[in-house]
Amino acid sequence: MKNSRKIKAAIGIFSLNVSIFLTISFLAIFLIVIFSKGFSVLSWEFISTSPRKYMTEGGIYPAIVGTFWLTLISVGFALPFGVLTAIFLTSYAKPYWLVRIVRTAINTLAGVPSIIFGLFGLTVFVNLFHFDVSLLSGALTLGILALPVIINNTEEAIRTVPNDFIEASLALGATQRQTILRVILPTAFPNILTGTIISIGRVAGETAPILFTAATFYTRQLPRSVFDEVMALPYHIYALLTEGSHAEKQVPIAYGTAVILLLLVLFVSTIAIVIRYKIRKKRKW
Amino acid sequence: MVEKKAHIKTENLNLWFDNKHVLHNVNFPVYDKKVTALIGPSGCGKSTLLRSFNRMNCLIPTCQTKGKIFLNGKNIYENGQDLTQIRAQVGMVFQRPNPFPKSIYDNIAFGLKIQGKNKNFIKEKVVQSLKDAWLWDEVQDRLNASAFSLSGGQQQRLCIARALANQPDILLLDEPTSALDPQSTAKIEELCLSLKEKVTILIVTHNIAQAGRISDYTAFMYLGELIEFGKTEQVFTVPKNKKTEAYLEGVFG
Repeated sequence: MKNSRKIKAAIGIFSLNVSIFLTISFLAIFLIVIFSKGFSVLSWEFISTSPRKYMTEGGIYPAIVGTFWLTLISVGFALPFGVLTAIFLTSYAKPYWLVRIVRTAINTLAGVPSIIFGLFGLTVFVNLFHFDVSLLSGALTLGILALPVIINNTEEAIRTVPNDFIEASLALGATQRQTILRVILPTAFPNILTGTIISIGRVAGETAPILFTAATFYTRQLPRSVFDEVMALPYHIYALLTEGSHAEKQVPIAYGTAVILLLLVLFVSTIAIVIRYKIRKKRKW
Repeated sequence: MVEKKAHIKTENLNLWFDNKHVLHNVNFPVYDKKVTALIGPSGCGKSTLLRSFNRMNCLIPTCQTKGKIFLNGKNIYENGQDLTQIRAQVGMVFQRPNPFPKSIYDNIAFGLKIQGKNKNFIKEKVVQSLKDAWLWDEVQDRLNASAFSLSGGQQQRLCIARALANQPDILLLDEPTSALDPQSTAKIEELCLSLKEKVTILIVTHNIAQAGRISDYTAFMYLGELIEFGKTEQVFTVPKNKKTEAYLEGVFG
């Protein structure tokens, strides 16, 4: 009896250890592969200059700038809409048909493959609204992609606000609007922030939605307005590996670009984690 | 004996959650500047009754209320009443201390800020409320510290101060000491006794001894009905109803 329990425990602990080891190994191998293949091209020049000679030389500066603006505008567009929708769903909506439709729409949107978002952006923003292939079209498409993530996350964040706080606020004579603005949103803020950063990571790395809506294969110029085409890091990787004829020069650049994309996402996440940590440390409940 | 004035009273108050009849025809006065205790076994509706006085039950969609509660001669269940105004007039302290994740100062100032009072007025009231709630000496040099840096008992007194800042006509206390240690409990009980000079107090408690210690009047509830109401000493020593007697003797509860 006792022995069989010991054996079971040993098997359990062993399989836990194996899965932890495997997970960490996958991550480690992944990082080693990307970094070792891309490391050779990394330099200050690589991130500060434009590509040259059909992308076989030079840097990826326009792609970094493009990804930066695409991400910023898309989140800037999705965040207010997402937060407002989440507030509506959690605080105002009574459970009737409209809410069910909104919820179904959000969940469906969350499950749609990103290439479909690309096609949607092409049809609506590029062609119907005549934004053409531009920073704006791409950012809006990415924004719609990020919307369900932000809504779901904000809803979750709002639901974790203790009911005690809400009752206290209402009992003091606050209106629902005042309660949302002064109690619910400030309390939920760190979690809303976290979710937004997760969506930034997702948006920065998406390729399919910008394929037809924003990305261009090659430009030496930076976007001067939201109606310009842009280069973007994920699309740049794709282009380097599928187009051009100098694979031996392009492949290292592609991996170098991947390294930069990873570092950027990591950098943004770190900033957010630091901010969140500082806010959380001040709060205890 | 001359009856005390009661600016607050219920009249044939009935309340349902869905089809469940929770309060049956409750009639009783809450006398001015007195402590009235609501006692009764768990689930008898005493908390629900308490939450009727600032219409907090109305937050629950399935709740239906019939009857009247008068607050300064005005029926708060009349159509078209401004709920926020009623709630500002009625202070409430909950079972568990529930300060906002804000500074001590901002907690107390909350009710006045949302009413758009000016800064100097708010400052004055914050200090006054903290003094009234016996918290001033302990927190005067750290008003900007988080309310969560206070002990449980201090947090509950902070919540009392927060309710007092609105200068309410009545203070509703919903088992305010059930989450506190004996020392903090004693302090809050003393505080109640000192506060009744300024404000009418209605307190729900399942601690019979506590009701005996601090209340002037006691209302005993059972299964949603008000069984007995009277002066605390009378209810405790010569209860008119058999059920009251049984409850006070600990036969059920």
